[in-house]
Amino acid sequence: MKFAVIVFPGSNCDLDMYHAIKDELGEEAEYVWHDSKDLSKYDGILLPGGFSYGDYLRCGAIAQSSAVMDEVKKAAEAGKPVLGICNGFQILTEAGLLPGVLLRNKNLKFMCKTVGLKVENADTLFTNEYAKGQEIQIPIAHGEGNYYCDDATYEQLQKNNQIVFSYADDFNGSRNQIAGIINERGNVLGMMPHPERAVSELINGNDGLALFKSIVKQWREANVTHA
Amino acid sequence: MKKVKIYVTLRESVLDPQGSAVMGSLHKMGYGGVEDVRIGKYLELNIADDVQDVDALVNEMCQKLLTNTVIEDYRFEVEEAVSQ
Repeated sequence: MKFAVIVFPGSNCDLDMYHAIKDELGEEAEYVWHDSKDLSKYDGILLPGGFSYGDYLRCGAIAQSSAVMDEVKKAAEAGKPVLGICNGFQILTEAGLLPGVLLRNKNLKFMCKTVGLKVENADTLFTNEYAKGQEIQIPIAHGEGNYYCDDATYEQLQKNNQIVFSYADDFNGSRNQIAGIINERGNVLGMMPHPERAVSELINGNDGLALFKSIVKQWREANVTHA
Repeated sequence: MKKVKIYVTLRESVLDPQGSAVMGSLHKMGYGGVEDVRIGKYLELNIADDVQDVDALVNEMCQKLLTNTVIEDYRFEVEEAVSQ
């Protein structure tokens, strides 16, 4: 399976993402610059964390208007898996691919630590290697991860099982401790925590690896015909 | 040239932790009469004279990039700028 790691000016988790895919997962990955106009050769699209365009205006707002985002939208429409982590999640909400918005943490602090995450929906292409209700340990590193949406949107998210991860504890003010959501179709996931930083026993544990394995498993089942 | 002044404010329903922190400071400084603080943004754009329908253009830009209408409201004024 071949992944594109989209790189914006100011992305800083692109190397971790690349490492997770290439070295820990053993799949193909390529860096793709933000002005790229063709993502057709990739099977999965990864939007890494960081501070694209210095978080100017609003986080993700300027990245959202870059050329590659038209291609990311096409990939999403084609049903390819699209995963946005941290700033990648912020970009997906700004681009309208996911509902809601990420606000400043309620305590105004940038927080960087490992937190407990509850898998709310294990029936997605990103989480089929987890069990529903399982608690995993994944690092967070954000100043603006306070998920906000209006009541109507929240009801929709609940009704369609679009809340995929929630925080075990409330530390940033996110509505109902939401940590990650998926689109209605189920192929675009945005999450603030960093599973790509938890792919090795040596560093931060490997609770994040199952997320990437889930993507590959689903893709193999759909695309590889057995001889 | 026209000068466009855009005021971006957080919607009433959205909490503003930054505004709350500033209000806390004001209270500590003795300005106890302050009941609420909301922080917004102010943008100035210079638009060329030959642009038709500036209002429609500004609305479009606000909706596509300059504001996030999930959490923000905006209003703007268009002024004739004095050339320098």
